[in-house]
Amino acid sequence: MKLSLTKVVNGCRLGKIKNLGKTGDHTMDIPGCLLYTKTGSAPHLTHHTLHNIHGVPAMAQLTLSSLAEHHEVLTEYKEGVGKFIGMPESLLYCSLHDPVSPCPAGYVTNKSVSVWSVAGRVEMTVSKFMAIQKALQPDWFQCLSDGEVSCKEATSIKRVRKSVDRSLLFLDNCLRLQEESEVLQKSVIIGVIEGGDVMEERLRLISGVSRPDEVLECIERGVDLFESFFPYQVTERGCALTFSFDYQPNPEETLLQQNGTQEEIKCMDQIKKIETTGCNQEITSFEINLKEKKYQEDFNPLVRGCSCYCCKNHTRAYIHHLLVTNELLAGVLLMMHNFEHYFGFFHYIREALKSDKLAQLKELIHRQAS
Amino acid sequence: MAGAATQASLESAPRIMRLVAECSRSRARAGELWLPHGTVATPVFMPVGTQATMKGITTEQLDALGCRICLGNTYHLGLRPGPELIQKANGLHGFMNWPHNLLTDSGGFQMVSLVSLSEVTEEGVRFRSPYDGNETLLSPEKSVQIQNALDSSYSPVSAFQAAGNTGSDIIMQLDDVVSSTVTGPRVEEAMYRSIRWLDRCIAAHQRPDKQNLFAIIQGGLDADLRATCLEEMTKRDVPGFAIGGLSGGESKSQFWRMVALSTSRLPKDKPRYLMGVGYATDLVVCVALGCDMFDCVFPTRTARFGSALVPTGNLQLRKKVFEKDFGPIDPECTCPTCQKHSRAFLHALLHSDNTAALHHLTVHNIAYQLQLMSAVRTSIVEKRFPDFVRDFMGAMYGDPTLCPTWATDALASVGITLG
Repeated sequence: MKLSLTKVVNGCRLGKIKNLGKTGDHTMDIPGCLLYTKTGSAPHLTHHTLHNIHGVPAMAQLTLSSLAEHHEVLTEYKEGVGKFIGMPESLLYCSLHDPVSPCPAGYVTNKSVSVWSVAGRVEMTVSKFMAIQKALQPDWFQCLSDGEVSCKEATSIKRVRKSVDRSLLFLDNCLRLQEESEVLQKSVIIGVIEGGDVMEERLRLISGVSRPDEVLECIERGVDLFESFFPYQVTERGCALTFSFDYQPNPEETLLQQNGTQEEIKCMDQIKKIETTGCNQEITSFEINLKEKKYQEDFNPLVRGCSCYCCKNHTRAYIHHLLVTNELLAGVLLMMHNFEHYFGFFHYIREALKSDKLAQLKELIHRQAS
Repeated sequence: MAGAATQASLESAPRIMRLVAECSRSRARAGELWLPHGTVATPVFMPVGTQATMKGITTEQLDALGCRICLGNTYHLGLRPGPELIQKANGLHGFMNWPHNLLTDSGGFQMVSLVSLSEVTEEGVRFRSPYDGNETLLSPEKSVQIQNALDSSYSPVSAFQAAGNTGSDIIMQLDDVVSSTVTGPRVEEAMYRSIRWLDRCIAAHQRPDKQNLFAIIQGGLDADLRATCLEEMTKRDVPGFAIGGLSGGESKSQFWRMVALSTSRLPKDKPRYLMGVGYATDLVVCVALGCDMFDCVFPTRTARFGSALVPTGNLQLRKKVFEKDFGPIDPECTCPTCQKHSRAFLHALLHSDNTAALHHLTVHNIAYQLQLMSAVRTSIVEKRFPDFVRDFMGAMYGDPTLCPTWATDALASVGITLG
């Protein structure tokens, strides 16, 4: 795969990742996001409803936490997880954990990392991990690593060092096993980047960051790819994304001061972890809560002008009714809207970068952040 | 008591059914319903979307499966969101954005299903709402009024166009429903009251030109009572008749006899709607007995419990036996679920917390029911319905002769033998 940057402005990178996939002919735009899935399926959505959505990313994120328990089945299946889940055309990235579900600490050892599935804890040594990846055959997979270091908690330097050491050892062992397997060589290992200089050619993917304001902050620090679990969290609390990202050109541009040193972005778990306390998060100001009584007779679409299936076919009043009556369709329609809105946001980020209007977009987003 | 003095009748009710073919042995018919929101081929299975939604599937998905009529429920919608709101939302069609036909039940069945919350008098049914404890009286007039109100001049909210602007295309009378396991004078009382309530519904009906009011034959499992009800109700010129009060806890042996009695006395040129029937075997047998329309929550409900309907019965996909089964639910099924997914994947998804699993099965089970009815219809048109029945029973029970006794008896009564 090849990272091709069209433009780098104030640390923000615009471009494409080319030659992706087993056949090498897929492309992804960056900055961009991955389609969030649970057990290999977009939440609430079947193939039909997923394909109602405009702008679905070329790459979907699978989580090992939801797939590890199906190791045996996938091994017997042989043809890879993409075909198994009914997404043979999609690029696939397999992360260790689900960014939405909290992962209890204390389960990483020198020899193994645990992931948490619906069925319980699945402990993986390097060889088991690589055996699972061999059965999954994703395009990319996150390397086994010790991610239990969070800047949020008081973490000792000793623990941080241990995490780095372990992760490097895991990476070495994974790379070694990859060399021995033809199947595994078709997948790209996403490793943890340690210290040193920012290397332009390397792709930067961040885990655990999905809120619009935080996305922009990370883009300014040179991050290329994000997870799209935020629209899912919004859906689960019965809310719809309504934040505006259609920036207006501002004749009086405000030049933003660059902060001193650009923080280096490390992949995966060594990043400042935003609260990922599952779906109990607070409602943000990027969304409206359709359960509120005021929407009972609101016959407008969720967002005027939105081209998603929900906004073209249904009203706020109807979604309100579905939520009040606990109907499954509420989740389906909200997910369709929230994904489309979110993917639209990323499209506008790229447009803003293209026309040097990121400052306006950032200002617009920050005006709407609480 | 028979209500002759207050017999309500209008100008001749529209003939909404056109017969296309009839089985020369049994009473099976193939036909077409001509309804305000389009033509519906019969025999037809109507999925149930109680609260203005077909559970987790969109109206676009339902349309893509070939569904052209489905159900909503007056009792539920009358409480939430209420008829006034639905009227403001451009009627029930507009509210849920369904361009094809709708049939609304009157709320009568809830008298049985929610019996602890209801009280019946001549006036109507008094319900205590499970949501807020408030009491509502559902009278024949109120029920028709709600069903009339589930309509407004509907203008489509999207490119997904709707024909006409009429609201639920078929509405049901409010009937006095007793459980089929009840015996004694209550059954007779309910039967006569249902006739009186039919007359009140006809009198209260504001939109006979746009909404077809069906009568519902009662009488429980008593042949005499049912015959009386048939005789009286068929004097009323309604566009269609439903056979009610069955599909509860009664034995199948009693069930089929009441269905057969009903179809033998109902006019041929009007549709016969057997309420609450949805198991595949029951559908096939009751088509043979002369029924045209069916509804049941079973296929959509069982989907949400992980059960997929197939010609041999059902597959409980949560079971470990399907963990490594890489074929589709049914290789002959053309639904999107079977086109794209394996039993093994659905098994894995059912054990996750992703609701998509339920939607895949809902899609398949509706497709199964609709495909079954379509196959039944084609066999009637092609004059091979009895052979179809034998093949169906063979697939379902291993051998046609292994079919349950009641079904064998029912089929024999209309000239179809299985051995």
